[in-house]
This record gives sequence, structure tokens and C-alpha cells, in this order.
Amino acid sequence: MSTVDAPVRGRDRAARAVLYAVLALGLLVVIGPFLWMLLSSFKPEAEIRQVPPTWWPEAPTLGNYRELFSRLDFPRYFLNSTLVAALVTLGNLVFCSAVGYALAKLRFPGRRGLFVVVLGMLMVPAMVTFVPQFVLVSNLGLTNTYAGLVLPFLAGPFGVFLMRQYLLSVPDDLIEAARVDGAGEFRIFWQVVLPLCGPALATLGILTFLASWNNFLWPLVVATTEDKYTLPVALALYSVGQNRTDFGLLLAGAVVVVLPVLVVFLVLQRQFLRGIATTGLK
Amino acid sequence: MATARVATVPAKQVGAQSPGRPAPVARTRPRWRQAVTGWAFAAPFSVLFLVFMAVPVVASLVMSLTDLRATDLRHPFGVNFVGLDNYAKLFSDGLFRRAAVNTLIFVAIGVPLTIVTGLAAASALNSGLVRLRALFRVGFYLPVVTSIVAIAVIWRFLLDPGAGLVDNLLALVGIDGPNWLFDTSLALPSLIVMATWRNFGFLMVIFLAGLQSIPIHLYEAAKLDGAGRWQQFRHVTLPMLRPTLLFGGVVTGIGYLQLFEEPFVMTQGGPLSSTLSVSYHIYNQFGFGNYGYAAAASYVLFVAIVGLSLLQFRLLGSRD
Repeated sequence: MSTVDAPVRGRDRAARAVLYAVLALGLLVVIGPFLWMLLSSFKPEAEIRQVPPTWWPEAPTLGNYRELFSRLDFPRYFLNSTLVAALVTLGNLVFCSAVGYALAKLRFPGRRGLFVVVLGMLMVPAMVTFVPQFVLVSNLGLTNTYAGLVLPFLAGPFGVFLMRQYLLSVPDDLIEAARVDGAGEFRIFWQVVLPLCGPALATLGILTFLASWNNFLWPLVVATTEDKYTLPVALALYSVGQNRTDFGLLLAGAVVVVLPVLVVFLVLQRQFLRGIATTGLK
Repeated sequence: MATARVATVPAKQVGAQSPGRPAPVARTRPRWRQAVTGWAFAAPFSVLFLVFMAVPVVASLVMSLTDLRATDLRHPFGVNFVGLDNYAKLFSDGLFRRAAVNTLIFVAIGVPLTIVTGLAAASALNSGLVRLRALFRVGFYLPVVTSIVAIAVIWRFLLDPGAGLVDNLLALVGIDGPNWLFDTSLALPSLIVMATWRNFGFLMVIFLAGLQSIPIHLYEAAKLDGAGRWQQFRHVTLPMLRPTLLFGGVVTGIGYLQLFEEPFVMTQGGPLSSTLSVSYHIYNQFGFGNYGYAAAASYVLFVAIVGLSLLQFRLLGSRD
């Protein structure tokens, strides 16, 4: 914007050309692998192995996808991933907005302490909690169940932080007015506060769904039979197992994992990037 | 509605209010009522959080001081308190030391590389020379939202010595490309490049927001003083962006310290443990059933992450 110097127009034009060239090359390097994944997933295995490689599939085939969806149980993994992500997202929206409201707008003993503990939790890596979580979940008899996959993620610290910060900006007067009008506390939350939280809930919903969809370590440990695998677990285990050299199949699998997320991201990219720029969290 | 009014606002207090503005009702309600209401909203989260997050953090620390193994889960009385034995064992474990060194190299090279790339992209998009800014921004951000597992699969294919795009492109210019992921000196650098590729878009978005908040008059003043573009960048942009850069560096560092999926899918920690990370080592030890030992290793990782975060506060506070 204003960092542009006015004087030398020719130099400016040259600088612009160089900048465009560099950015376009960068874009190619970033997008290229995805395009190549997509194109290659339609090639038969022999063509994938061909040296030098073909760009456009010479003998396009749906064989890789057919195998994914018939011989391997990808519809099941897709369903598992969707179900787990939906439940985790719903849980976070409900629990985090309720506690966020309490932390931002209600006075109760232990409020500060709760917030500090939750904030501290943001720093704890998944590796620290997963062994005790696993011991707990297996003692509850929940290994290899949907409950076991979902429960540890229902109440995430990030969501609390996000909702509290957002709710601090909701004017107290609105809540007080509703209280004077005689609305009960739950009714105030449901009918006055939540409708004002649209943007925050949208950001939290998108980020939580995405994190759950891409989550790997926990489902890898908890899902012990194929019927409970999520997509990343299935893809990772196939790629280190007996299918490890079957690139066509693996790339088609990667397309199935990546494509829904890319579509959602491209549709909602504005809210997405704004949310990230303001919260500073992925 | 009528019953709700009775429940929340006692008539006496309503009568005491001045007619113009609603009085601060919250302060006039009895304290115990406020406490009950507050905890009623906080309870569902707090219970789940306590059981699945807070208790495991403490339990992990306790476990790290015991010889708990997978086989002890059914016979908890066979577990012994062993003090700091697990930690002593960790630092004499050649494999853990190898994993720690690999992880530190990954962080020490990966973080600066990601910051520089992210800053370059952000500066280019912020320079005002470029239209289509939204297009580039979305494009560069794409890998950030995609599953690491899927990306690792794609990159394993890209780096394949036979069918891979990278070596075939190198062959076009007459270079005989190496077998990236099976070479002990190239496997870790390959993962670093891949991590930079995946994550710089995140920093770009953070840095763009930072760049846009730098007041324009600072640049105008610098220009009046005869500063060229590089000097403006060096003496206005960098100092003003310092907190943002630090924040981005720490967030990226925390992520990189937890390196796991990439080696799991691409190299299984090999060749010869050259891509074994601390998280991967913890996962393996967990798989062998050495829960106490794995918990100790996870606390070492935790301490490193806390240290990095404290360093950020320290650096932010120490200047000016």
C-alpha cells in the first residue's frame, strides 16, 4: 500500500513483475503436490510408476477409488470420521459457550482459578495426557468405542478461551435488562447471549471440526479394529502396512481425506482466515 | 415469565431500583445464588475437563515416578514407586538422546526457515504491488488445513526415487536425484522442508495481520529521512513486528517439538533412527507397554514446551 515508492515507474514495474513471478512459482510449489495427488489418483498403478511420469492421466481410471470403496472399507472410515468430528464439535459448542459465558459474565467463587487452569492446559502437549487418558478409557471399558474416541475431546481449553474472550465484548446491559424483565438465567443464555455469539461459534465450530477430522494420535491408539478407524488412521496404517507401495490407492485415499476439508475451507475461507488472524491459533 | 421473575428478582429489590436505569441486579442478588448459577454453567465443562484433561496431566507426572507397565493395569498393586529412575534411564537411553537431538534439529532449523518463508510471503502480499492477494493468501494457506497424514502420503510419493516428481524434475536438468527418505543424512532435512511447506501459510496470515497494524506514518517518516525499502523493512517493519514474530516463532516451535505424524507415515523413524522424534519414541515406548517410562519422556517434552513459552514472555518483557 503506502510502502510503495512513487518515483521510478520503470523500476516499479520490474519489481512488480519479479514479485509476481516469485509468488506464482510459490503458489505452484504449494498447490502442485495437491494437483499431482488428484491427477495421479486417476492413473493405473503401472502409469504411476512410469518414468518419466505422465502429467495428465493417459488411461484415466476410477480403479483406485473403486478399490478403496469396495475392497477396503473407506465408506466406514469416512462415516466414523464424520460422526466423531460432529459429536466433538457439538460438545465443544455447548460446553465451551456455557463455561465461557460463566467466566465472562457471572461472578462465582473459583472463577479465576478455573480460567487459569484452562489457560495453562493450552500449553500441555497431547503426548503428556494420552497415556493416562488411555489407562482411564480402557478401565472404563471404552477402548474401540465411539465414546472412547469422542469423550477426551468434548471439553477443549481452546474453545473456552475463544468463547470467553468473545463474550467479554457482549455488553452487560443487555444481560441486566433481560434479568430485570424477569428472564431466568438459562433463558438469558439461550435467547439473549447465544444469538449474539454467531461469529465466535462459527469460528469455534470450524476449527474444532477440522482438528477432529485431522486428529491422529488418539484414534490411532483407541481404535483397535478396522470398523472404528477414522480416515487418517486408516490411511496411515495402509501406508505403512502391506499397501505401502500401492501409491495409486494411497493417493486416492489422501484425496478422500483432503477433499472435504479443502471444499469447506474454500467456501468459508474468509471467516476462517479472520478467525485465525484474531485468535492466533490454528 | 411471571414465575421466572419471582425466582430471579425478589420484589423488594425491584422496588428499591431507581426508575431510570436498571440497577446492577447481579450485585444485589444473594451471593450463593450467583455461585450456584455460575457453577451450573461451568459444571458440565469442568467435570469433563477435570476427568479427561486435568487429572491425566497430574496422573502422567505420578506415573512417570513409577514402573507402571501395560500388564499392571489389571493388577495395580504390583506398581512400585521408583522415584526419578525413569528420568535417569531416559538420559542414558541412546535412542531417547538420538530422538531428542533429531527433534531439536527439526525445531532449530525448521522454525527459522518457516518464519523467514512466512514473513517473505506476508511482506510480498502486503507490498501493495500485488493484486489477487486473496488468491495467494488462500493458496498458501491450503496445506495448513489438510491432514498431516495425507500430506505425508503425498510427500512420500513426491520424494520417491522412481516415480517421484522431485527426482524426475531433477533428471530433466541432468541431476541424478537421491533417495531422499532412505538416506540417513537427507531424511530429516526432507521432513524439515516439508514442514516449512506445510506451515508457512499459517505464519503468513499472522504476520499479514501484524504488518497491517503498523502505522503508515512511521514509513512516511522513514522515507523523509531517506530510508530505502530495505532500510524501512530493517528499521521499521522488523522492530514493530517483533512481538508478532516471537509469537509466531513460539507457536511454531511448540508444534515442531511434537513432531510425530510425518516420520510415522514417511520413514517409521528411519533410516537408522535418523528421523526418530521424541513423540515417536514416546509412542513406541507406550506400544511396548512401558507406561511409566513413556510418561517420563512426555514430561521432558512438556518442560521443553513450557520453557519455550517462558522464553517468549522473557524476550517480550526484556526489551524497552
